[in-house]
Amino acid sequence: MGFISDKEITEEDVKHIANLAKIDLDEVEIKKFKKQFNDILDYFNKIDEAETEGVEPTYHGLNLKNVTREDEVKDELSQKEALENANESEDGFFKSPRVKE
Amino acid sequence: MDIVIGLEVHIQLQTNTKLFCGCSTNYRDSKPNKHTCPICLGLPGSLPKLNQKALEYGIKAGLALDCNIADSMQFHRKNYFYPDLPKGFQISQYDSPLATEGTVELSNGKKIEIRRIHLEEDPGRLEHPAGKKQSYVDYNRSGVPLLEIVTEPDMSSPQEARDFLRKIREIMEYLKIFDGGLEGSLRCDANISIEGGGRAEVKNISSYKGAEKALNYEITRQKNLMRRGKEVKRETRHFNEEQGITKPSREKEEEHDYRYFPEPDLPRVTISKEKIKEIEESLPELPDEKRDRFQKEYGLSQDQAESLTTSLFLADFYEEIACQIDPELTATWVADTLKGELSYRGINLKESNIEKEDLLFILRYLKEDEITEKGAIKVMRSTLDENKKPEKIIEEENLRSISLDEISEIAKRVIKENPEAIEDYRQGKEKAVNYLVGQVMKETNGRADPGETNKLIQKQLEEID
Repeated sequence: MGFISDKEITEEDVKHIANLAKIDLDEVEIKKFKKQFNDILDYFNKIDEAETEGVEPTYHGLNLKNVTREDEVKDELSQKEALENANESEDGFFKSPRVKE
Repeated sequence: MDIVIGLEVHIQLQTNTKLFCGCSTNYRDSKPNKHTCPICLGLPGSLPKLNQKALEYGIKAGLALDCNIADSMQFHRKNYFYPDLPKGFQISQYDSPLATEGTVELSNGKKIEIRRIHLEEDPGRLEHPAGKKQSYVDYNRSGVPLLEIVTEPDMSSPQEARDFLRKIREIMEYLKIFDGGLEGSLRCDANISIEGGGRAEVKNISSYKGAEKALNYEITRQKNLMRRGKEVKRETRHFNEEQGITKPSREKEEEHDYRYFPEPDLPRVTISKEKIKEIEESLPELPDEKRDRFQKEYGLSQDQAESLTTSLFLADFYEEIACQIDPELTATWVADTLKGELSYRGINLKESNIEKEDLLFILRYLKEDEITEKGAIKVMRSTLDENKKPEKIIEEENLRSISLDEISEIAKRVIKENPEAIEDYRQGKEKAVNYLVGQVMKETNGRADPGETNKLIQKQLEEID
């Protein structure tokens, strides 16, 4: 048994996910994503059919572990460089939509 | 009614650089966005790399709290949208944390179980200037290593929660991986429920005093609801430290909304038994051990030993003086007198002007009767307030004790100048002696030893008889 259930993604689910991602979707897009999400789940259900008894879970595509670095300050950007791609900035700050009443 | 409290404590680790990039963690003294790079700004194509030191500090903390250290751990992405997270997710740990199942013993002897400890990154800092339509974001703090310590719901009063946080602070400071003196270096969320009611998760607590305040407020609020027969809802609340109250927060996300999944950019981390052993052997003496040793080695009371081990700085200060002079005398002067003077001034030892050598000097003079106890306190105060060396203060303020001969001379004069006191003494008024002693103390600017002066005056008065 895999962890993907037989549950079908509804329009409500799509709206909820869009809300978590702070994305506005119109009715057409909601329908489109509903279908795409369900297609994706179908693929997962297909994967779930594979026999995984006794197989260790894979967390990473590459056979790497313990990639660490020394605790040394380096490669900082200047304030100017940091803000270069910002749509809006002021006094060295990035500006974002107000998140406090 | 049973009160059940569990805590999630976040402490900032004192590394030089952030958890996953080489940017400095020194955001407090910096202009905004001066310590960033493509990794902590979440720019596309950047690749995080784990700070070795942060991992080591995390293992240290885990071992000090008696946890099992994982032989292998994994980072996860915790997804949510908020401007303080440039990537749209926080790199945290989920089902494969650094350490599990530890304990902390409170001052009252109760054991609090630690459920888990994990590493994660601090979000950026937001400002919401009044009158502006937008929020202002500074990513200097983004990516600073945080250690999250999660307890089982084992505490049953706000006092216990406060004590737990104090203990954590002490232990982490002893390990030299944390500086609790820095603003915002310890933050905590508290879960609290009263038997029969829903659980409130209180966020935005930033000190152990704040934790006690927030929890006391919650208990009153929840009890009031119950008394009026209303339901205590399960909800997330926000603590406002200035007002001392909690308010419902708009946060509605539940755990599955965070859509945790393994961070593909960070491979698993394995921790060898040798590594754990090596760190375990390097652990310093912890507060509880030090307290027990102080009692045994220096003959201190439990209260004194407790008071002297609340910070490593204080404990070292005490011990370095104690081993050069009477440890019990030193304990009284550090734990009672000096701590009292410091708390009166609202500062801690580190911030004060007094050095080990200063107190040692004062105590040596006191022991050799070169200054009186009163004089010693005076010297201590002037050292604290005027940042002068005790030697200079003793000289300038003329605090050196005076010899018995000198006291005797002054006493003679004082008696002579107060014939009515002699009369009173003859009539059996003992108070007259106290009055004369007082006069001598005044004349000598408190430098005379009151006990000796008293004896001298009695003797002289009897001789007049």
